[in-house]
Amino acid sequence: MQFLFKTAYTDDIRFLARTGEKIRVALVVILLLAAPFMLQDYYLAELGLLLVYAIAGIGLMTLTGHTGLVSFGHAAFLGIGAYTHSILLSKGVPFTISLLITVSFSAAVGMLIGRSASKMFGFYMAIATLAFGILIETVFGEWSSLTGGHQGLAVPDLIVFGLPLAKAWQQYYLDLVLTLLVIWGASNLFRTPTGRSFLAVRDSELSARCLGVNVEWAKIQAFGVSAAITGLAGALLAHHLSYLVPEVFGVLESLKLMLMIVVGGMGSILGAVFGAIFVSILPVALSFLKDVLPASIGQTAGLEPLLFGLIIVIVIVFEPLGIYGRWMKLRFFFESFPYYRKSSYVRQKSYLKTDRMR
Amino acid sequence: MSVAKTLSVRNLSIEFGGVHAVEDISFDVAPGETFAIIGPNGAGKSTIFNLISRLYTPTAGTMHYGEQDLLRLPAHKIVHAGIGRTFQNIELFEHATVLQNLMVGRHSHMRANPFLNFAFLPGVRKSEIEHRRKVEDIIDFLEIAQYREQKISDLSYGARKNVELARALCTEPTLLLLDEPASGLNNEETDDVSFWLDDIKHDLGITIVMVEHDMNLVGQVADRVMAINNGRLLAIGTPDEVRNDVEVQRAYLGVAA
Amino acid sequence: MRAMCRGHGPLPQPPTEEKVLLPLNDVIHLAITGIAQGCAYGLIALGFVLIYKATEVVNFAHGEFMMLGAFAVLTFSEVLGWGFWPAFVLGCLSIAAVGYLVDAQIMRRIIGESQASIFILTVAFGFIFRALAGMMFGWNTRSLDTPFDGKIAIGNLVEINSDRVAIIIATVLLVGAIYLFFGRTRYGVAMQAASQNQLAAFYMGIPVKRLVSLTWAIGAFIAAAAGALLAPMTQIDTTIGLLGIKALAGAIVGGFGSIPGALLGCILIGVIEPFADYYLPGIKGVSAYVVMLVVLFVRPEGLIVQTYQKKV
Repeated sequence: MQFLFKTAYTDDIRFLARTGEKIRVALVVILLLAAPFMLQDYYLAELGLLLVYAIAGIGLMTLTGHTGLVSFGHAAFLGIGAYTHSILLSKGVPFTISLLITVSFSAAVGMLIGRSASKMFGFYMAIATLAFGILIETVFGEWSSLTGGHQGLAVPDLIVFGLPLAKAWQQYYLDLVLTLLVIWGASNLFRTPTGRSFLAVRDSELSARCLGVNVEWAKIQAFGVSAAITGLAGALLAHHLSYLVPEVFGVLESLKLMLMIVVGGMGSILGAVFGAIFVSILPVALSFLKDVLPASIGQTAGLEPLLFGLIIVIVIVFEPLGIYGRWMKLRFFFESFPYYRKSSYVRQKSYLKTDRMR
Repeated sequence: MSVAKTLSVRNLSIEFGGVHAVEDISFDVAPGETFAIIGPNGAGKSTIFNLISRLYTPTAGTMHYGEQDLLRLPAHKIVHAGIGRTFQNIELFEHATVLQNLMVGRHSHMRANPFLNFAFLPGVRKSEIEHRRKVEDIIDFLEIAQYREQKISDLSYGARKNVELARALCTEPTLLLLDEPASGLNNEETDDVSFWLDDIKHDLGITIVMVEHDMNLVGQVADRVMAINNGRLLAIGTPDEVRNDVEVQRAYLGVAA
Repeated sequence: MRAMCRGHGPLPQPPTEEKVLLPLNDVIHLAITGIAQGCAYGLIALGFVLIYKATEVVNFAHGEFMMLGAFAVLTFSEVLGWGFWPAFVLGCLSIAAVGYLVDAQIMRRIIGESQASIFILTVAFGFIFRALAGMMFGWNTRSLDTPFDGKIAIGNLVEINSDRVAIIIATVLLVGAIYLFFGRTRYGVAMQAASQNQLAAFYMGIPVKRLVSLTWAIGAFIAAAAGALLAPMTQIDTTIGLLGIKALAGAIVGGFGSIPGALLGCILIGVIEPFADYYLPGIKGVSAYVVMLVVLFVRPEGLIVQTYQKKV
């Protein structure tokens, strides 16, 4: 076990207190920066897409993992981001301004949803967001004068400050910069009052209220922040898709986002990134499975949702903290070796916690 | 720190679906006093706390803390008036660390602007460090330094009680509502509680209102006691007066004394 | 979600030019269809509410029990050729068994996890069931022959398909049976006790775990029955489980805490739907969600407040 001696209050605030952590993070960032020199364009684009999903995952994590508000329709915000950005671009709005408007608009829609969701009782919100997701998908399909309907909408080329970013590596760096910005900002949020009020709302609304947290406002803020981040991801996603159809932002996409944060590990930003890596590898595993499995199972349409569902069930039942939880245990194992015992991490027995008043 | 004020409750009543949980109760708590509320289970003790915290809205009656009309404040503004509280069934933020819990205790004294927080501007850093220092004082005061980095879900029951008390103190209250501070604690821990209550009262000058079953503890720390039963006031006075009150004995023992 | 736009029988053709008021017999036809549809939603909602009351779990996969039920009855009745009624009973019982197992094997393990995890878990179950059903029964739309294929005439005014009447009657019967079960039988009373306070019920010697699983079984049974009865109206395919979400919407509109409220809400949704689809084809198939969102936006706690703040 490595002990960390803190000598100043700033030690608590720093993200990377341990030397090991600093080296690890530096390595990852260097690798990410060097990726264009090592990867072919195809893989670079895939990596960029992974980063975009990491952003979207952080968006949902802020809401569900950190504030405890479940959204089953989060792909709607991804869609709102993608469509708003594409429509603005095609109307001739410059990239940066369009991105700013997109993020603000997503945040505004999110806060509007949050306003009514903040007063809803527990699971009403989960269902309301699901219905919202379905509705928004319908809107994308029906409002064809603006969105191109089911015919689709072509996404304009990526031009930043008059500079066309046509090459894969250019787009990749754009994704990378914004991903790092979001990770940094979201981490900041959770070491400051705003983020802490989210955590407080998640764990006990009552005592949050008694400690001076305006619970409704915190929920509205959480929706706003989450929608803004997810909308940003949507805008970046549009450039990867280059053609938008409503079905892309449907319920399955929402489930994919949910899968990401559950598998990655609820309640940690790193978890959302792990989750994004996981769902990016999943199609590879899926195509491998399709070859291995008998055609009657492997070739049917249900394999993907079946796998999504099974993985979620397995993770929630056996490892509620997801990959992030595994990672923590692994780290603890090496740090405490050879003193690690299986009982070092035993889940406590828990009972039904009631939200009802009788 | 602001000065303690008088809490005055007048004709407080609340009904839940026809049941009078609290009926026509009036009392005053003087600044610096330790005031205990006792009564059998279901007497309405916690309900009074929830009314003062504005979690419930009374059907009748008034509550003032100093000049402040508490009924004009929403629940999340009560702490700004200087009233902190703990809960009967510990309401900590389970999946956060002790430090995070205590920092939420500072929430009412901090500015939470999501934009500034997102960018972590120098001002935000400064305020974090400043409030972290205040939290450290409370950690020293209640001797919970060894738990600082731990998650609440890893703590024992007794430690959780201390952390909850610490969190309430982090709000810098002038009036502290303690809901059964000694319930579920062993004798040794209960002694610690009485010791701390004394310190809180004398060193920090905080007025204490507590709900408690342990009559020994009440006798040790309380200046005055209010006994209630079925939502009605039975007696109010010094611990000895209340202990010898005929009505109180009847409510507790169920016999005509 | 094209698939979710389905859900009721053939509608009168929308007029080509201008939307005019429907003739009376079409109105009655639509209304009866709506009530029948609403009753089916109500049966699913009954399962939601029962399970919610027993365990505070909202089973988002409940619609999938209905879908599986329809497939199970179809399999027993047509593939194995046992006739509708034996197949109906067997099909519903086998789905009840599935419901029991889901609770006993999975849900029981995660008691005490956050509500969010539990929602996500049941949604995942929905996806698993749907995929499995597709693999086992195929992705095509199937139809089920039931004894209710005639029409009942009311005067000269309107002819009603008897499948619709069958659903309405079955709803009344099942709700009555549930009412008697919880009010009169030993098991029912024990279940009520367990739903009020699990720990106290456990101390009183009530086998809480088994009763909770049994509640799941009952909920699944009713949903399966709804699926089989609804089959003539909707046909059967893997997506009909999504009607469960509409049932949930109905239950929320009416108030989740009470069974009569939930039933009424579902019937309301069921009746609004065919008319909304007729007059507002733009939101075809999603009017249930619009109604629910509007209700929640105006009254976030639902039309009838049945849920309470946590006790401190």
